[in-house]
Order: sequence, then structure tokens, then C-alpha cells
Amino acid sequence: MLDSYFLQQLINGLTIGSAYALIAIGYTMVYGIIGMINFAHGEIYMIGAYTSLIVISGLAALGIAWLPVVLIVALLGAVIVSSSMGWAVERVAYRPVRGRHRLIPLISAIGMSIFLQNYVHLAQGSRNMGFPTLMEGGFTFGDAGSFQTSLSYIQITIFVITLICMAALSVFIARSKTGRACRAVSQDLGMSSLLGINTNRIIATTFVIGAALAAVAGLLLGMYYGSIDPLFGFIAGLKAFTAAVLGGIGSIPGAMLGGLILGVSESMTSGYLSGEYKDVVSFGLLILILLFKPTGLLGKPEVEKI
Amino acid sequence: MLEVRDLSMRFGGLLAVDRVSLDVQEHEIVSIIGPNGAGKTTVFNCMSGFYRPSGGKILFEDREIQGTPDYKISRLGLVRTFQHVRLFSRMTVVENLLVAQHRHLNTNLFSGLIKTPNYRLREQKSLDRAAYWLNRVGLLDMANRDAGNLAYGQQRRLEIARCMVTEPKLLMLDEPAAGLNPAETRELNQLIISLKEDYHVSVVLIEHDMSLVMEISDRINVINQGRPLASGTPDEIRHNDDVIKAYLGEA
Repeated sequence: MLDSYFLQQLINGLTIGSAYALIAIGYTMVYGIIGMINFAHGEIYMIGAYTSLIVISGLAALGIAWLPVVLIVALLGAVIVSSSMGWAVERVAYRPVRGRHRLIPLISAIGMSIFLQNYVHLAQGSRNMGFPTLMEGGFTFGDAGSFQTSLSYIQITIFVITLICMAALSVFIARSKTGRACRAVSQDLGMSSLLGINTNRIIATTFVIGAALAAVAGLLLGMYYGSIDPLFGFIAGLKAFTAAVLGGIGSIPGAMLGGLILGVSESMTSGYLSGEYKDVVSFGLLILILLFKPTGLLGKPEVEKI
Repeated sequence: MLEVRDLSMRFGGLLAVDRVSLDVQEHEIVSIIGPNGAGKTTVFNCMSGFYRPSGGKILFEDREIQGTPDYKISRLGLVRTFQHVRLFSRMTVVENLLVAQHRHLNTNLFSGLIKTPNYRLREQKSLDRAAYWLNRVGLLDMANRDAGNLAYGQQRRLEIARCMVTEPKLLMLDEPAAGLNPAETRELNQLIISLKEDYHVSVVLIEHDMSLVMEISDRINVINQGRPLASGTPDEIRHNDDVIKAYLGEA
């Protein structure tokens, strides 16, 4: 029989990991297409969380409390605001400097990230804000008296929404016309352009998709943690970036896998060692992967043809 | 249909192309030949919007196109290949042809999501066109393989098919026979002539394989060290003293 304590850590890890995976997809898609890391991505996620908090408070003020409506409207609001932010980041911080030395877009993205963080500081205040959980309770397994495994409704919601998002993204990339163009652009940007694909639009699309998924994660993790602050995106961004590298940056299934592995290893560390060690473990994993398999678990090694 | 007037391209202190002029009429195969480093590919790069030329004009159907972004040039019907194969190697053969028709499918995301009848119709059309061209270049059996797994000669044919599904008016081929064996080169010959005869596409060709050039070209332009050296029919070029000198050195 599975140890119920272990099972609990696994559930917690998969919950947090699937949210990491959602954010990691944004990093990996942008990297896959333009070969650059979007360092403002964590902030987009944070803005998604703030937007959904604002929407939820607004709906509460109007007296609307029916859960499905609140959840859907909050998701929509967060996705719309974050997607426009993602689009704007590409337009302002990436497109004007694309094709220059790689450090230049990196610096402009960091600038963008600092700007967004401080903007939210000013607009929303720098203190923690409580985030309504919206749903209480859950299922518990195991006999009373010993350790009981619990699976809360919110964890189930996180799993389900993440699964839906990932399935939708996979179908989009594999089947749709725009998805096909995304794959083409990520393989050979110049050739795609010569075949008449508007590559600027495709690049903007990947920023928008990544931002939309980050916004979903923002709402889900906001509910899960129960409080948000303007620095909320920074550490989550780093974790998701680690997840993307772990799975193989540029690979979407890799980002999903990397997120789950990272989440599980973190919760196992908190559960069996100590919560303080979880960041040590996740960034230690990053170092190990970079040392022994720099292309990540599912990344393909770059073979230069001569 | 295409006219290049006094085209110049300067990279720093190097004048790679110096006042080259050429023209292509409808229904014509025009070759550009010259020793290595003569500037042939640079001319191509200017024509396809890869480079913005330092001087001169490029007119396509009486429209100036120099400096126009490459995706807009290809939408006008001017499509090119490269010296080395540039397929999307991790996509299947048929996907390579579908993605090339991206702009023909230019519907918005919304109609793609709910798959309107119009969208389905266009999707079907582009699939039909892809199948037609795969059959034409003998790759129909390979449709679902990854393009990167094809043999080299097949990859070159797929590249031409990928250009053709965009329904170009003018095709620019940069050394299409490079790396092909004699049998494959003969097949390519037939294909290029058929593009002109059956599909009414004009072709501009850069090629080193003289047998190919002489056999299929209507006219030939010779470039040497960035400058135009001669132009004329294959027969005129074959007997041109300047050309013989440039290729064989002074006697």
C-alpha cells in the first residue's frame, strides 16, 4: 500500500508542478521561436493573478458569487489583460531590438520586468493581498487517527484546468494552421518569411499564448496560496524557467514534464527534509541538468551540419 | 515581368555587386552564371528581399520592390530556394507544403477555431494542391515522413514543390542541381522545363552545372567579380571570348 504521507506530497507536488508547467510553456515557446528568454514572463503571470483578484472582488461587490461564473469571468479577465501585456512586451521590448546582439533584448526584457513589478507596486501597493480561495474542502482518504491524505477541490480544479489548457495547446500546435506556422517559424524563421508567412505576427502570437497560459496559472496559484504580492511573479518565473530548462527549452512537452518533476521534487523536499531546502533542490536540479544534459530531458541536441 | 536595373550591393568596403542589370520575360528560363564569388547569390538575395540593395532598382510587374520585406515579395509571386536545402526538417513532407500555403488560408483565428465551411473548403483545397504537387515530383508515398528523413535528391524536389504550391509567377532557384547525381540532374531538367511549359512559371536559375544551364536556358547572364560580363542565348555565351577567359583564365 502506498504510504499516505508520500501520496500527499505527490498530490501537492503535482498541483504546484502543473501550474509551473503552465508558466514554463510561455518561456519555452518564446525560446523555441526567437531563441530568447522572456524575462518579463513572471511579471505577466503576476499581473494575471492581480487581474483575477480585481475581477473576483468586483464580482463580489456586485453580489455575484456563483462559483462557475466567478471562475470563468476571472479567467477571461486575467487572460485578456495578460495577453495584451504579452503582446505589448513583444512590441515594446523585443521587436525593436530583434536581430541585434543577444544581450540587448535580454536587458530590455529585464527592464520591462522591473517596470511592470514597480508599476504594480504603485498601483496596488506593495503589501500582500488576500486572495479568496473560492472553494473550500475536499476529499480525505485513510483512516482517522493515522495520517490522512487530502485532495482539496482547489487542487482538482488546478489539475483539470491545466489539463484542458495543455490539451488545447497541443491540438492547436499540432493541428491548426497557425500552430503549423509556429512550428515552421521555430525551425527556420527566414525561410518561413520567404514562403509568405508573416513572422512578426507569429512571434507576437507565441507571446500572447504564453501570456494567456501564465494568466491562468496566476489565478490558480493565487487561489492556492491565498495571497499575492507584486514580487509573486519573480520566484515563480525563476521556477518555471528552471522547469523549461529541465524539460528541454524549446520543447512544449518538455516544459510540461519539467514543471511536474520540479513540483514533485520540491514537495518531496519540503515533506521529508525541510521547506527551506526546496529552492536549494530545485536550483540544484537546474545545475545538474545543465552540467550533464544541457539540452534538457526532452530537448534535441543541436547538431550543426558542416 | 522582372527587371533589374543597375543593381549594386556594398558590404562595407566591398562592392559585391556592381551595376548588374538583367530582365526576365514571361514564360522564360534565365540563368545567372559566373565563377564562385561573382555575386550571383547576392543578386538573388536582393531580388528576394533578403538584402536591401545599396543602389539600383528591381521592378516586378512594373512595381519597385527593392527593400520590400521578403514575405511581401513572396506574396507578390516571387519565390526562391537556397543553395542548401532549407526544408522544415522536423515537419512531415505534406506539412511542409501546407505551411507554404499559409497565406492562401488567410482566415482569422476565429473561423479556424469553429471551422467555418469556407475554412474547411480552403483547407481541403490546400491539401489537394499539396497532394497534386507531391504526385508531380514523385513524393506522394512519402507524404507523412519527416522531411529531414528524405534522401537528398528528394529533399531538393520537395523544395521545388513547396515553392510551387505558393503559386508563384517567378521562381528563383539557387543551384538546384548542387549535389545531385547525373540521373537526378536530368530529372530536374525535365521538371524545370515542365514548370515553364505546363505551369507558365518563369524561372531564374543560378547554376554551375553547364550542361543543365545550356540545355534549359532561354537566355544567360554572366557575372564576373560583381560586374555584368555578357548576356545572350546559350549559343552566344558559349562562343563569347570574355566568358571563356573568365572561366578558363587568360590563354
